[in-house]
Amino acid sequence: MNPRPPPAAATLLEVRELAFARRDEPVFGPLDFDLAGGEIGLIEGDNGSGKTTLLRVLAGLLRASSGTAHVDGLAPGDPAAAGTALLLGHQLGLKADLSVRENLAIAAGLYGQREGCGIADTIAEVGLDGYTDVPVRQLSAGQKKRAALARLRLLPARLWLLDEPFANLDRAGIALVNRLLDAHVAGGGAALVTTHGAVSFRDRATRRIALS
Amino acid sequence: MSAPSARAGYVAVLRRDLLLAWRRRGEAAFPVLYALIVATLFPFALGPEGALLSRIAAGVALVTVLLAMLLSLDGLFRPDYEDGSLEQLLLAPQPLGLLLAAKIFAHWLTTALPLLLASPLLAAMLHLPAAVLPVLLAALALATPLMSLLGALVVALTVGTRRSGMLLALMLLPLMVPVVIFAAGAVAAAQQGLPFIAPLAWLGAAFVLALVLAPAACAAALRIALDA
Repeated sequence: MNPRPPPAAATLLEVRELAFARRDEPVFGPLDFDLAGGEIGLIEGDNGSGKTTLLRVLAGLLRASSGTAHVDGLAPGDPAAAGTALLLGHQLGLKADLSVRENLAIAAGLYGQREGCGIADTIAEVGLDGYTDVPVRQLSAGQKKRAALARLRLLPARLWLLDEPFANLDRAGIALVNRLLDAHVAGGGAALVTTHGAVSFRDRATRRIALS
Repeated sequence: MSAPSARAGYVAVLRRDLLLAWRRRGEAAFPVLYALIVATLFPFALGPEGALLSRIAAGVALVTVLLAMLLSLDGLFRPDYEDGSLEQLLLAPQPLGLLLAAKIFAHWLTTALPLLLASPLLAAMLHLPAAVLPVLLAALALATPLMSLLGALVVALTVGTRRSGMLLALMLLPLMVPVVIFAAGAVAAAQQGLPFIAPLAWLGAAFVLALVLAPAACAAALRIALDA
């Protein structure tokens, strides 16, 4: 994404006094935290505490009510910042009528590909080999999640915003998410994750952000 | 590595939507069948008198085609909105207006083009004089992309609302009144042997204006709709 190589410990995400209100009803914040390359942030909070909203604000889909956030020095929603952050939400963004391969090819056509990452290798990596040309409609919920995870792996985004990445996954799937996260932060990327389950993940988080 | 160019993004979205339409190619026939059935109702309602039908033929064909398009417009952004792929488009590095232009073009190719191809049949069923058919086709060729572009704008505004079908019609059809006036005016003028270039030129001007402005307005509308 970026012409200059990212310094490993550079601050990738900088959040200052960030708050969001829906119709004058405060949803979260004000929040202050940083996330550097190589770090995983865990967003903790009860249902309705604004975890998903926070991720959508940081992705640039929602506008914060006050405060600032900077992704790699740019405000979310700034066209120059597009593609730096990648959001994986409850809706996976897969077209049900297209195959796993076609879905990934479209994503790569828009966002580009991580260096040294091929579509076929990525599909194998998330354990979907044999399902490459199967329409996403015919996959199970867990397999769909794996297809969406393959997109994370394939695209060159440096900041992952993951909303409940462990939902619908079996034990092997949870291990897969952890493996992908490890590889991502080892490459200088950062991730912000919301989760209820997957206790094995909590030790990986180097930073915790509590929403009340 | 740098992100794919705007052109590559445009091609990726166009290819995606055409591929999706191809996977559900049976549905491409629905608007055409709808238009044919509605056009069939008119002779039943008004009587099969050739002179009367040929006088109203162009207007009926025009309105029928636009209504058939209206029914398909809801599918322009809603499926993408519901499965989350609209967010992926919004967050893509390419200008959103350009990606939406690709979607609108794909929508026109898959819904309006079949209607355009079927309209000679429509015209023949309604006793439109053969000499006027080229003018009707020219008017439709300009009116249908206008419908796609203006329709996309209204769909973008209503994508976050439930049961937006009726709302879409209420918001879009008034916008289409000038388009219908100029398109029908061109055919009526041709039918009376009068010059018909001026109304077509107005349609062409409106089309070019919409082509430039509508995708960008659509992008702004979608960002607002998803911000809610």
